[in-house]
Amino acid sequence: MSGDHHGGDAAIAARVRHVEALLEQRGLVDAQELDRALEAFLARASPASGARIVARAWVDDAFRERLLDDANAALPELGLTMGGGLQEQRLKVVENTAATHNVVVCTLCSCYPIALLGPSPTWYKSEAYRSRVVRDPRGVLREFGFELGPAVQITVWDASAESRYLVLPRRPAGTAGLDETGLAGLVTRNGLIGVAPV
Amino acid sequence: MADRFAPGDHVRTSRADPPHHTRLPRYARGAVGTVVEPQGRHPLADDRARGLPAEPETVYTVRFAARELFGEGDHAVTVDIWESHLEEVR
Repeated sequence: MSGDHHGGDAAIAARVRHVEALLEQRGLVDAQELDRALEAFLARASPASGARIVARAWVDDAFRERLLDDANAALPELGLTMGGGLQEQRLKVVENTAATHNVVVCTLCSCYPIALLGPSPTWYKSEAYRSRVVRDPRGVLREFGFELGPAVQITVWDASAESRYLVLPRRPAGTAGLDETGLAGLVTRNGLIGVAPV
Repeated sequence: MADRFAPGDHVRTSRADPPHHTRLPRYARGAVGTVVEPQGRHPLADDRARGLPAEPETVYTVRFAARELFGEGDHAVTVDIWESHLEEVR
């Protein structure tokens, strides 16, 4: 059974507040300590971190290989981590090529590399995206305005367990003059999920 | 404990439709796929969700042809699946 979370946000938020209040009341958690931990967690987590990873992989082949082989081991080279103060999750980076394209989804709920990229886009959690992209990725990408050639082989990665996924987009043509920072500026959150070319 | 399956092995997912939470998505039940890689060991979420003791077991990335899952499509879908939900295909 895998229900949809849509519409249940308010009830869950109320429950979380209640649990938090009880934990504080019983002296198990310090409110300020909790706020500090959350702030630190979210300060590090941003799509900009994903863009930095992609840009480095574009300019440094050895880093790209290490990243694809074991992303968790490669992230510290950029001062990044999948831990964020909490339990570290496995990150798998999947690379787009001229012949293959990757798209990420969590069909069971909304699993996403939050520790690295921050909260996911709202549509990522929608029942429509989650149920349709596994069945008809080409059609869903078209609705994002992204038309893939018929010869490109698509793989949809369903993050249904303990791993999180990040797409390494192809470096756009005509970007030879850009440095790493300039390249990072081209990368979008949708590109990191695989619903945009970059 | 050694992993039961290796990359390249053909596996079939469970057909069971349990009344409780399961991490084997409905669309991937009773399907034959190919093991891509083991991901490490984690307690079975189906048991944890019910408050049952759950020993860590290997989770695998398993690749399916869309045609096997939906009867149509030219793409592939990979699903992360606990060892308990997989059986060997000879």
